[in-house]
Amino acid sequence: MSEWLDDEAGPVVRPYALTRGRTRSSREGFELIAIIATAATSSFAPAGAGPEHLAILEMCVRPLSVAEVSAKMRLPLGVVRVLLGDLLEYGLIAVRRPEPDNRLPNERLLKEVLNGLQAL
Amino acid sequence: MDSKRSDPSRGAAMPLAVKILVAGGFGVGKTSMVGAVSEIKPLRTEEQLTDRSVGVDDVSGVERKTTTTVAMDFGRITIRDGLVLYLFGTPGQDRFWFMWDELALGALGAVVLADTRRLADCFPSIDYFERRRLPFIIGVNCFDGALRYDSEEIRAALDLDPKIPVILCDVRKRESGKQVLITLVEHVLAVMAERQRQQGAVVR
Repeated sequence: MSEWLDDEAGPVVRPYALTRGRTRSSREGFELIAIIATAATSSFAPAGAGPEHLAILEMCVRPLSVAEVSAKMRLPLGVVRVLLGDLLEYGLIAVRRPEPDNRLPNERLLKEVLNGLQAL
Repeated sequence: MDSKRSDPSRGAAMPLAVKILVAGGFGVGKTSMVGAVSEIKPLRTEEQLTDRSVGVDDVSGVERKTTTTVAMDFGRITIRDGLVLYLFGTPGQDRFWFMWDELALGALGAVVLADTRRLADCFPSIDYFERRRLPFIIGVNCFDGALRYDSEEIRAALDLDPKIPVILCDVRKRESGKQVLITLVEHVLAVMAERQRQQGAVVR
């Protein structure tokens, strides 16, 4: 692994500058497939909110997964999780988390997925 | 501008999401399969790992940290209003187990794609899902011109449990990718029924 990053590595410094150096969200719960929906328009955003926060709010008017937000914002997951943590703290987004991992997926859900695939 | 707070938890606005993993060696067709069945053009999400996350000695002092990027391609299938299936291709580099753990967490199951010309490339994926007890099936991607074997020959070569389905497929084709996913979900249902029987037997 090189200490020097070439262009292909993408912007490294800037994303973490967006989070003011924070690499972890203050709250857990932003799984890859957790669904994010905007709960309030950006006019409710506090002065500290940056353009990336506002872009996420605009994007999630139609609910999207954390992975989709990261891909569409072209920001690493770690950065997106910090930004989402801010938005959740401000009360500007709602989160629907996936089923917890500590139990097996339920049969009804699996059958729904099966039926859905068969109907494709 | 009109501004208001709304309640997105009402109605079908916020779907429940589930995920299935597509694993296998480099160049075996993971992204092709995701793309063939996805309703959106596959997206790519990235995570940046510091040397700390990839298991090298902890180096205190930010100036010594190095960063590497691990990328995952994924797609989406709307099952019905309020239920969405995401398909994630696992990152090819086996050293990113950190990312695999996050991907596997809460997954319904996995498809391990195999290429008969490089069968050993899928061993790390099989080992990983066996260890995690995540149900999986083998999809043998039949590339043009590749030698064809039947599924029993491949099962023997992979030393698989006879209950694990091995199916031949062409992951560039939507219908074939769909059949692979259907076979996986049927297998997950069978594995769950089996585990429940075993648990029941222990209780009694």
